[in-house]
Amino acid sequence: MNAMSAEQASAPVTEDALRSVLAGERPSRPGPVSTSLTFGWRALLKIKHVPEQLVDVTMFPIMFTLMFTYLFGGALAGSTQEYLQFLLPGILVQANVMITMNTGITLNTDIQKGVFDRFRSLPVWRPSPLVGALLGDVVRYSIGSAIVIMLGLVLGFRPEGGAVGVVLSVALLLVFSFCLSWLWTMLSLILRTPNSVAGVSMMVMFPLTFVSNIFVDPKTMPGWLQAVIEVNPITHLATVVRGLMHGSVPAGEIGWVLVSSVLLVAVFGPITMVLYRNKK
Amino acid sequence: MGKLAIETKGLKKSFGKTHAVAGVDLAVSAGGVYGVLGPNGAGKTTTIRMLATLLRPDAGEAQVLGYDVVRDARAVRSRVGLTGQFASVDEDLTGVENLLLLARLLGYSRRRGRERAADLLDAFGLAEAADRQVKKYSGGMRRRIDIAASLVVTPELIFLDEPTTGLDPRSRNQVWEIVRGMVAEGTTVLLTTQYLDEADQLADRIAVIDHGKVVAEGSSGQLKASVGAGSLHVRLRAPEQRAEAERVLAGVLEVQVEPSADPVALSARISDPERVARSLAELSRGGIDVTEFALGQPSLDEVFLALTGHAAEETPEEDAA
Repeated sequence: MNAMSAEQASAPVTEDALRSVLAGERPSRPGPVSTSLTFGWRALLKIKHVPEQLVDVTMFPIMFTLMFTYLFGGALAGSTQEYLQFLLPGILVQANVMITMNTGITLNTDIQKGVFDRFRSLPVWRPSPLVGALLGDVVRYSIGSAIVIMLGLVLGFRPEGGAVGVVLSVALLLVFSFCLSWLWTMLSLILRTPNSVAGVSMMVMFPLTFVSNIFVDPKTMPGWLQAVIEVNPITHLATVVRGLMHGSVPAGEIGWVLVSSVLLVAVFGPITMVLYRNKK
Repeated sequence: MGKLAIETKGLKKSFGKTHAVAGVDLAVSAGGVYGVLGPNGAGKTTTIRMLATLLRPDAGEAQVLGYDVVRDARAVRSRVGLTGQFASVDEDLTGVENLLLLARLLGYSRRRGRERAADLLDAFGLAEAADRQVKKYSGGMRRRIDIAASLVVTPELIFLDEPTTGLDPRSRNQVWEIVRGMVAEGTTVLLTTQYLDEADQLADRIAVIDHGKVVAEGSSGQLKASVGAGSLHVRLRAPEQRAEAERVLAGVLEVQVEPSADPVALSARISDPERVARSLAELSRGGIDVTEFALGQPSLDEVFLALTGHAAEETPEEDAA
């Protein structure tokens, strides 16, 4: 049925019409901010046209929150309600960090489909397609965060830090997620298919989120494992989010998170851009 | 002839052990259509990607509109358009969204961008499909939106990489009309194709590429002269008469006659068209039943055979990469 209507829409191209559109108008080049925002707009359009892609943002965190709270909560913290106060900020971190993987998968799909080369052939600030995509993803993180927090509130999560604490912790999460995404953009320029990007991302993601203090307090773990957890930036992020939500401001830890965010961009940003420039 | 739109010297690119482009020299004058003809994997796409600054050459030089593709990549990018299997549009977005996206990136205001997108969709017969996702477009519409996307800002030079591969004849004609229209407006077109008749129809000059090298260059008349007048294809009613027919044809045409894979078919490259009519008469006099007797243009295979001494084999590595 689509093919039928498609044929009707293909009116012939006339020479006059063609002549009129080939009149050479050359608008002045837009700046980096403008082109990045335009690419961000594209990412939002894609969410509008393919809303299914929000499944990972919605279902995944809901599943994890419910499973951990009710399966393990009683055993881990004595009661599900008590565990939820501890778990929810952690799940929020995990959900956001997991959603960042999507960045790499989307970019790799663009490369496969050929639209990526169109963007690379444009006379625009070179990182703008990537920065724009990451800006679009910030919207996804926000949606994911909102869903987790709403669910938490319904289940009985009571942040002692109030609305301000919640908003601040989400803001910090968005910053960290944006910076972490550069790791996945780098991967997606190295690996060949969206599937392999997803596979490798999972292999990085699972240890990174589980070997942390997201789900349990590491005190009962062996010393060497505690040492590993201590250097995992996700641990510090979870500590900060937990602290802000429950009303304390762990200044040193916030510094840790900001420094690791800057480091992530400083390391993976330039590598990504070199790969992007030389992508064959 | 005027100034050169494209000039390359010893352009090379390898992927691992594959020498995709092994020293290409081109001189393309401004205005008109320049055809790059070759089979899959000959190095056409790799060459275009280097000229469009998407790929850095391993060796050699290339100037596009007077700018070096490596040193002045940005100047090149702002003056050329690009359409092909590798430079397409976003399938998830609608036609108008794709064009508006490009218009905004190229500096149009939102309002002017909308007008520009609407004008282009109109000119390419896509106005009714403006609000449909591109993935729902037919093959011909898809190719037209790809070309329209390269014209958001009118380029001085446009690269069309196999613009009609996989299209039905009607859509193919539309693309040809677009190409002719662009040329009439003064745009230089560099077109790659696997089809000799396409190069013949559109291109003023043609470079034949094989194994990453230019093996012949000239107008289509010059190339065909080097191949011969064309080829004769004969089909018989009965396969057992084929040996006899081969003998008769060889006798009259005085050229090598090749039995085809089809057990009732024969073909021959001919140098003297006058003898063709006589050969038909001879066949009927010999009591050989002929069901088809056709004189055709040399095929790409025949051009290749004549120019390179080997058939245009299919090595589809480059496009998949």
